[in-house]
Amino acid sequence: MTIMEPRKHGDASDGMIGGRQSRFEGSLKVTGAATYALEYPAENLAHAILVQATIPAGKVVSVDKAAALAAPGVLMILTPEDDFGMTVATDWGGNRPDNQPYYPLPRDVKYNGEPIVAVVAESREQAFEAAKLICIRYEAAPHVASIADPKAGEGQVMDNLTTKWGDAEAAFAAAPVKIEGEYRTPREYHVAMEPHGLTAKWDGNELTIWEPSQWSHGMARTYSEWFNIPYEDVRLISPFIGGGFGSKGGALAHGAVAAFASRKLGRPIRLALTRPQNFTNYGGRAATYQSIKLGATEDGILQSIIHRGASETSTYATWPEQTGAATPILYKVENFSSQHRVVPVNSVTPGALRGPGKNPSSFGIESAMEELAYKLNMDPLDIRLKNYNDFDRQSNKPWSTRRLREALTEGAEAFGWSKRSHAPRSMREGKTLIGWGIGCGTFPVIQAPSEAMIRILGNGRVEVVSGAIDMGQGTYTILAQTAADVFGIPVDQVEVHLGDSRLPGAAIAGGSMLAGSILGAVHKAATAARDELIGLALSDAKSPLRDTGANTLAFAGGRITPPRGEGPSLTLPELMAALGREQLETTRNTLPDGASAEEQRQAWTTMAKVQGPTMGEFSMHSWCAHFAEVRVDEDFGTVRVSRMVSAFDCGRLYNPRLVESQWRGGIIMGIGQALLEEGLVDLRNGRTVNGNAGDYLVPTNSDIPDIQTISVGVPDYNASALGGKGVGEVGIVGVAASIANAVYHATGKRVRDLPITLEKLI
Amino acid sequence: MRDFSYLRAASTEEASQAAREAGAMLLAGGTTLLDLAKCGVAEPDTVIDITHLSGLGGIAVDANGAMIGALAKMGEVADDPLIKAAFPAVAESLSLAASQQLRNMATIGGNLLQRTRCTYFRDPAVFPACNKRNPGSGCSAMGGVTRNHAVLGTSEACIASNPGDLALALVAFDAVIETGSRKVAADDFFLLPGHTPEKETVLQPGEIITGISIPASAAAKNSTYLKVRDRQSYEFAAASAAVGLEFEMDGKTVRDIRVALGGVATKPWRARAVEKALIGKVLDLVAIEKATKLAMEGAVSHGDNHYKIDLAPRVIARAIMKVATSNVAPSNVGGLA
Repeated sequence: MTIMEPRKHGDASDGMIGGRQSRFEGSLKVTGAATYALEYPAENLAHAILVQATIPAGKVVSVDKAAALAAPGVLMILTPEDDFGMTVATDWGGNRPDNQPYYPLPRDVKYNGEPIVAVVAESREQAFEAAKLICIRYEAAPHVASIADPKAGEGQVMDNLTTKWGDAEAAFAAAPVKIEGEYRTPREYHVAMEPHGLTAKWDGNELTIWEPSQWSHGMARTYSEWFNIPYEDVRLISPFIGGGFGSKGGALAHGAVAAFASRKLGRPIRLALTRPQNFTNYGGRAATYQSIKLGATEDGILQSIIHRGASETSTYATWPEQTGAATPILYKVENFSSQHRVVPVNSVTPGALRGPGKNPSSFGIESAMEELAYKLNMDPLDIRLKNYNDFDRQSNKPWSTRRLREALTEGAEAFGWSKRSHAPRSMREGKTLIGWGIGCGTFPVIQAPSEAMIRILGNGRVEVVSGAIDMGQGTYTILAQTAADVFGIPVDQVEVHLGDSRLPGAAIAGGSMLAGSILGAVHKAATAARDELIGLALSDAKSPLRDTGANTLAFAGGRITPPRGEGPSLTLPELMAALGREQLETTRNTLPDGASAEEQRQAWTTMAKVQGPTMGEFSMHSWCAHFAEVRVDEDFGTVRVSRMVSAFDCGRLYNPRLVESQWRGGIIMGIGQALLEEGLVDLRNGRTVNGNAGDYLVPTNSDIPDIQTISVGVPDYNASALGGKGVGEVGIVGVAASIANAVYHATGKRVRDLPITLEKLI
Repeated sequence: MRDFSYLRAASTEEASQAAREAGAMLLAGGTTLLDLAKCGVAEPDTVIDITHLSGLGGIAVDANGAMIGALAKMGEVADDPLIKAAFPAVAESLSLAASQQLRNMATIGGNLLQRTRCTYFRDPAVFPACNKRNPGSGCSAMGGVTRNHAVLGTSEACIASNPGDLALALVAFDAVIETGSRKVAADDFFLLPGHTPEKETVLQPGEIITGISIPASAAAKNSTYLKVRDRQSYEFAAASAAVGLEFEMDGKTVRDIRVALGGVATKPWRARAVEKALIGKVLDLVAIEKATKLAMEGAVSHGDNHYKIDLAPRVIARAIMKVATSNVAPSNVGGLA
């Protein structure tokens, strides 16, 4: 994939790292020229659709498909009777059971909406029509609809998520001031504009998959393991994604069905999930409950935090939405206890959704801190500064950088926090109650080894080649900026090729880990390529720069010159021509030197080599503070966010324009989370009844106010090679709490369960 | 989707004739029909396209009132300056409905016939029981998630709420729905579910709405449409009200008041008890509060939708206050004017 004719904006400095270069692929997307997975032309294409279980638990007893098979255009029907001959692939943790068969259309129904039959036809419409003729008989079993189901029980404590230091119970008992609350967040969904789906095609034993992906290499590995074919025989292509938000990091059952059907039928298959299936075929954010107890002195010094959390998971896999993820690190406290349980229910296994763990965790602790502030009659800003956390007691390590104090103070200044009137319900315009609230957020710095190739062409163009993903966050752009920086050339002289598992390996575009990881690899490869070119320029007999006496060369302004001007000055194409080179290729990765091919494969396709935030000497995180203003109609209970000011410490920003765009995107999702989003489960049959774009509400443009973002970060070279920390996830973390806190300030009503819909306020 | 015949009717008469056949459905803007076909609720054998028929469009407003053709687009009517001047509640109800893209497609006739947003009605694969879809099969909504269901006009067979906005304004201002053969008062046009929730209007097979007439009145001229919902736009009403008001010469005694409610009832709901309580009275906050509570007489909560019983009178009250203190500005309310 080549990004053609990148456009330039502003002055030349825009193109360098730290410049505000617009997105390279932006014009392709807005003009419709960018091709998405479900648009790839394929000859002789057939279409598959999924038929879903209509019961929450039980067994498929029989599938009567005779009438459907006879329907016009129908080519094949797959049911739990079919032996797919597939095996279970490696999970996120890198574990793979031996030779365990994988049934993407299972006989055991584990949730309402689980795919159990696939219909393949000449057209998608024919497949849907035929599907109506299929008669499925079930043997129903008892089910647990959701965490709110009385049958759900307590679930299982996750020992690895249990944290404690000091004596939290005793300190809480002894604390003169106490607050206690239970906070809940519902099921939330990604609702990416581009639905899930894929086009699958076999050429002999080689499988090509066009599928939106946040991780081309990881998903290619899954496909290869499912079909027991060599990794090299799978190619997953994903140059553009219409939104991922955590939902497109792994291959899913519908991918298995499409690829299997394609092999069996000997034709390319396209399978696009319907919009409702985008609510059932992969997990959104799990519903969470947390109870929080805070003990403090009368002057507002925290003495104890006791946190007990729980999240839904499925009956067949464990996905903890870690409610205690932000709790231990936001505030200084000497006595701490946190525990998290998972509660299995008959739903699809939940998954990562923007700010996983940290997001609901922050909603709990940041709501609780304001409850404490009001109890003490303290300013919510002051109580946060008073309990500022000086080092990470959980890991017992110092912060690498933590400019949350600056985020709070600079955010407060920009917001005008000092003009606040403290008492709830004390700010109003007519029937409109106005309230201000704060919510802090954090997200860990995570890195994974990555690899990149730099190709210098004879015409002077520089190509950056990586299998990394751009899902809209700006990978194309910042990689071009990085290469342009190293070679001192305009950014439009750089081409970037991404989103293909055949290209060099990269971290997942998730957990805010891609930019820091891949930039390290691209910078390393580009620097190595430049060094190689310098070596040639100074040693090659044909080089005009050979006898200048310089021992290095400077790359700036599109020209290559000896550092003190002691000789000729050449452009890149002139130098390549002089050297007689058509191209120069250099590949580098950020694994330790001498990593074997297997280690490299493992690094790109599993989470095994991922570096967590406290694996080194420091505790490394991004930080933010959101300031929200809400307007609440006192008769109707309707809440509108009228202003947001958010200050972030994400270290160095590689491209402030794109970073601000990600922050704003996170804040907008946070507004939806706070006020609108909720998967409503019918307890009678476990169905999420509002699983469609008409009934599951996300914000419209008119729900979104002006959003001011502020960067307070400084480069953090412990966090990444070029000094940045993650930006994508942290934007949403703390937003919901800031809005809930503002609603309390406006109305005097504390809403502890999201979303804050009008009936909770009237 | 299923195979169906497509008929491009040459005249209203032909369309009407063809629409009498079982399994035939009319196609105008298509915004409801396509939606319902996708979720498996509408399964027409024949689709009769009436979009090109002449004589069914247009908007005419004079001193006596407005005549709106059935094929006029929602967006056209919402933006019509004469409608805006003489019937602000009508224009506002349209501009606060759906999205601009839908308003550009959807017709006025089709708008009146839009089906409920009851999520159980729209999910036949998982909830086969629905008296609206399949008479006698039961109601899946009762005992389920009922946040958006009706509290007024419900029956043991159905609690689905009518999703309309425009229809409230029509009911409030005594509009008349015209078909080829008759004229029906808007309030009589829509039916309560009773034992036959599958019958939502008085239309007979083959009967086609040709237009709507709305008589001019002082109340219609001094009217507003207030729509309350969690999302600022593109959401059905949690509760909404179309209200018009005419004072006596003294400027404080109510000569005429019209109140219709939406988002809370099984049909566009004329709140005559509220009107009756206020006509002849001097309008003040106490009177308004007392009167608006009457709108909820007979309301039945199903749990999740209980809030509507508290909310709806407040929406009416705010709308009355608005028209009482007009010059009324268009209300784009989700809580905030």
